[in-house]
Amino acid sequence: MPPIISIEHLTKTFQLDGKPFNALSDVSLEVQQGEIFGIIGLSGAGKSTLVRCINLLEAPTSGTVLVRGQELTKLSAKELRLARRKISMIFQGFHLLMQRTCLQNVCFPLELQGVAKNKARERALELLRVVGLEEKANSYPAQLSGGQKQRVAIARALATDPDVLLCDEATSALDPKTTREILSLIRDINKRLGVTVVVITHDMKVIEEICSKVVILNQGNIAESGTVEEVFSNPKSEAGRRLVYPGGMPALHLLKDSRVIRVAFNGGTAYQPLIASLAIDCGVKANILGADTRNIDGKAFGTMLLGLPEDETEANRALQYIRSQPNVTVEEVQDYHA
Amino acid sequence: MLESLTVFFENLGIVKVPEQLEYLSDLPNLLFAVWETLYAPLAATLFAYVIGLPLGVLLVTGEKEGIRPLPPVFMRVLNTLINLLRSVPFLILMVLVFPLSRLILGTTIGTTATIIPLTVAAAPYVARLVEASLREMDRGVIEAAQSMGCSTWQIITRVMLPECKPGLINGATNAAITILSYGAMAGAIGGGGLGSIALMRGHARNQRLVLWVAVIILVVLVQIIQTIGTRLTVRSDKRINK
Repeated sequence: MPPIISIEHLTKTFQLDGKPFNALSDVSLEVQQGEIFGIIGLSGAGKSTLVRCINLLEAPTSGTVLVRGQELTKLSAKELRLARRKISMIFQGFHLLMQRTCLQNVCFPLELQGVAKNKARERALELLRVVGLEEKANSYPAQLSGGQKQRVAIARALATDPDVLLCDEATSALDPKTTREILSLIRDINKRLGVTVVVITHDMKVIEEICSKVVILNQGNIAESGTVEEVFSNPKSEAGRRLVYPGGMPALHLLKDSRVIRVAFNGGTAYQPLIASLAIDCGVKANILGADTRNIDGKAFGTMLLGLPEDETEANRALQYIRSQPNVTVEEVQDYHA
Repeated sequence: MLESLTVFFENLGIVKVPEQLEYLSDLPNLLFAVWETLYAPLAATLFAYVIGLPLGVLLVTGEKEGIRPLPPVFMRVLNTLINLLRSVPFLILMVLVFPLSRLILGTTIGTTATIIPLTVAAAPYVARLVEASLREMDRGVIEAAQSMGCSTWQIITRVMLPECKPGLINGATNAAITILSYGAMAGAIGGGGLGSIALMRGHARNQRLVLWVAVIILVVLVQIIQTIGTRLTVRSDKRINK
């Protein structure tokens, strides 16, 4: 099946104080029908610009944007408006119409399409039920909490039966508990309605929670991409490592000359006492420089940074031992001391 | 009753009291003056909005960062024209607009004739009031509307204007009151109404009592308009958590 979103060689240049600034340079990616696709990066990485290029709220400087095989940059203004009805978007700031009730907010995109009033009302009520806010139909957004506002925004985004739902930092203004609730709602919608979801975030937890694929964006470039499991258990790029180990790598100065390895637990148990058995079975003491276990899609994933002994033979023995363990991959961290 | 009133006012040092009381007790005459005071300014406010509302919208949507940028030259001319009209003192503007009044209404004298200069003076003011209200609009909401496939026209009519309704009503109240006070000034060039009475009788013929009554009625009218406007503004604003 062809990808539902396909971005090729996308470049976006802004004029900042008369100087050109590349917000995105030569970005290519593909999103498959029905998946939840994450785009992560630190602020200023170009995430928001990228997601706005998918519905052409930002016009790309060059490159192509295909959604459902339709080349958006070639459309007339009117055709683009029609195409946008099938590409919904939710925002960090919700952006509800403050002078309309929740029900009227959800009706809004339907009104734009000229759907009859009672039909729009019916559909809107149904959608408010889907997001669990039926009883707030006649409340105004100002009377809702942040999480409730985002639910209304999601209902509004679904009103036109979109193929794609773009989420621009949709949970960044919410507390952790509400974030999880909204994410599970999005996952639920993705499963039930088959809507393809593109999630923009700076928060790893969001990606882990719902995404299957992820792209790491760094200074307008794709630093790396792949399945969430691949990228997060074993980030290969500098930008990826910065995201996965936001605290930086610890105890740097203590281990000037020793080799450092990253041990990744790939879906086995992350809690097997590897370090203990390493000490017992081959008499090597390794330094734990950092450890992080995460629950991804119900399986345990973890990474551990180990500092090997300075003695070369001991280090090699330890490396061999760890490599022989099941469900574990080992990679030497070359630039750890850099 | 009338006599004791006469004595009371004469003791205050006011002259020609019986004549004035007789004039003021002619209620239909006074009510007609109130009507004249209201009708020209309110008509002018209406016309000013017919011209000023689209201009105000254009000032926001047409700028470089707006939803439908217009040629910078056009925007500059529009801005300059509005500033120019707003900087001419109303009394002078009235006289300058005489030819236009004659062209449209065939006369430059009378209450109806004041509608023209009042409209010309008020339209640029209204444009600025509308502009100020629309600038309060959250850009994000406009972006959301665009993401739903809103056309420029739909954004203006279904997003910007309804979302800014409280500010627009508040602005309209300000406009109506300002135009009312301009209208009182228009008494000077032959318009009717309380302003004219206060000026012609009260001031020119030294009828203090008439002057004060006319002014007090004007004050009450302004109070009523402001109260209604404030109430409508608050009631229309759903952003306040009630």
